[in-house]
Amino acid sequence: MLVLALDTATPTLLAGLARWTPEGTEVLAERAVPSGTRHAELLTPAIQVVLADAGVALGDVEAVVTGLGPGPFTGLRVGVVTAAALADARGIPVIGVCSLDAIGAGERTVVTDARRKEVYWAAYDASGARADGPGVVRPEQLGRPGPFVGDPAFGERLGGPVEPAQVTTAGLLRAATGQLADPGSAAPLLPLYLRRPDAVPPTSIKAVSQP
Amino acid sequence: MADEPLVLGFETSCDETGVGLVRGHTLLADALATSMAEHERFGGVVPEIASRAHLEAMVPTVHRALADAGVSAADVDAVAVTSGPGLTGALLVGVAAAKAYALALGKPLYGVNHLAAHVAVDELQHGRLAEPSIAMLVSGGHSSLLLVPDLAQDVQPLGRTIDDAAGEAFDKVARVLGMPFPGGPPIDRAARDGDPAAIAFPRGLTGPRDPAYDFSFSGLKTAVARWIEARERAGEPVPVADVAASFQEAVADVLTAKAVRACRDHGVDHLVLGGGVAANSRLRALAEERCAKAGIVLRVPSPKLCTDNGAMVAALGSRLVSAGVAPSAPDLGADSSLPIDVVSR
Ligand SMILES: [Zn+2]
Repeated sequence: MLVLALDTATPTLLAGLARWTPEGTEVLAERAVPSGTRHAELLTPAIQVVLADAGVALGDVEAVVTGLGPGPFTGLRVGVVTAAALADARGIPVIGVCSLDAIGAGERTVVTDARRKEVYWAAYDASGARADGPGVVRPEQLGRPGPFVGDPAFGERLGGPVEPAQVTTAGLLRAATGQLADPGSAAPLLPLYLRRPDAVPPTSIKAVSQP
Repeated sequence: MADEPLVLGFETSCDETGVGLVRGHTLLADALATSMAEHERFGGVVPEIASRAHLEAMVPTVHRALADAGVSAADVDAVAVTSGPGLTGALLVGVAAAKAYALALGKPLYGVNHLAAHVAVDELQHGRLAEPSIAMLVSGGHSSLLLVPDLAQDVQPLGRTIDDAAGEAFDKVARVLGMPFPGGPPIDRAARDGDPAAIAFPRGLTGPRDPAYDFSFSGLKTAVARWIEARERAGEPVPVADVAASFQEAVADVLTAKAVRACRDHGVDHLVLGGGVAANSRLRALAEERCAKAGIVLRVPSPKLCTDNGAMVAALGSRLVSAGVAPSAPDLGADSSLPIDVVSR
C-alpha cells in the first residue's frame, strides 16, 4: 500500500512516501523542512517534492497518515486538515496517530516544545509501546529518569540529556500499523490539543479592516 | 453555460466555516457551519475556539456543498480561499484545506482578499458589477469604503473605521441593553418599536474637517452607555426600543451619508453594500432612500450572502479565472492584515 505521511506538530514539518505491507515499511522519499510557523506555506510544496522524488502521482497514493500532535495548535491543524482534505478529495482512508509515537524508538521518554515553558511528553516501554502520556508539563516537574529523546533544548531543565530526534515517516507508519491493516478502524481526526483554548476574545479585531 | 468555470470557495477568516460552489455568476451551493454559539458567552469570537471548529467542520461542509450543487469534486475547475484579512489561526485552516483540495484535484488555487469577496458576492444575485463602483463593507470585523474600478485587480481603499468596526458597536450596545451576541439582529428587532429621533446620539467624524470617508463608532458606543447609565442612576426605566432605534439611526446615518458622498466625489453611480451589518433593515432602507435621491444605483446582496460565506470567495475566484489572473504560488499562506488593494496573491 502506497502511503503518504504528514506531520506538522513540531517546528519541522514532515512529508514522506512509503510502501507499507504488514511485513514492513519501505520509505521511498521523505522531506523534513524546518518551517517554524510556516507550515501552511510549505507543506503542500513538500508533498509535491516527495511525490516527484519517489516518481509517483498523488493519484497512486492509497492512504494518508498524519500526526495528530500534541503540538502548537495553529501549526498542528495545518497537517491534520491537509491530510483530511487530501484523503477526502482522493477518496482514500486517512489515519491519525500521536506524533510523539513517531519520534525515536524503543524505551524512551519523548519530549517536544509545548511553548509557555512546557513540554509535550509521552513515555514508551522496552517494546516501544506507549506506556504513559501524552501529556503537557513543565520539564522540571516531569519526574521521569529518561532516556529522553526529542527536543534537546530541554536537557538542562529535565536533568538529563535529550537525544535529538524528530518525527519520521517510518515512525508515523509504525504508529499507524494497526489502522493500516484495518483502515475501517481509523478514528475521526481530532488533534491531541491537551490544553483548553484560551477563551479570551480579542478586545477588537479591527486591525483586519486596515487598508 | 457549461464552459463557465466551476469554482470551489473556502472561507474561514472568522467564526463561519463556509464552502461555496459557483459556476460563472451562478450560485450552486453555499454550505455554512458556524461556531457562533460557542463564542456567545464570551461576547466576542474566541480565535482558538473558532479554529478548532473550522477543522472539525471542514470536510463535512465540503460534502454538503458538493451535494447541494449536485456536482462531484472532480468537476471543479478552480479552488479559491480567503487568504486574509482575518484571524490567523482560523484563516490557516481554510488555506491549508484549499491547498490540499487544489493539489489533490490538480486544479489552480486562488488566495483571495476577504473584503473583495464581499463585493464579488453581489454578482451572484445582480450580475456583473458596474465598474467603477463604490463598495461599503460593514461587519463585526471590518468597516471599509472602497473604490472598485476593476474587481479582479484594482480595488482602492477610500476609508475605514479608526476604532471599532460597525458590527462591534452593535455588539457592545446590545450587551449594555442586555441583548445576546451578536448584537445586530436583536437591536434591529427592538428598534422597530422605537423612535429613531428620540435620542440625539453623536455622529462620529462628520465635522467639516474630519476625514470624509473614515468612520468612528467608539464615541457613539460610549455615548449610548453613558446615556443608559444616567437613566439608571436617576432611577428611570431605560426605553430599550428608543435607544436601539436611535443608536441604529446614528450608525445608518453616518454610513449612508459617507457612502453617498464617496459616490458623488468620485463620479460613481453604483454603490454595493456588504458585510453582516448590511443585513440591518434600517441601513438598507436609508441607503435606498438616499441613493434614489442622489441618482445612485444601490446593490445589496440578500442578508445570507452579506455575512461571511464560501460562495463569496468562489464568486471572486470565478471572476479571477475569467479575467485571466494568475493563480497563487504554491507557498500561499495566510495574511491576517492583508491590505485591501491586494485582491489576490
Ligand atoms: Zn466579512
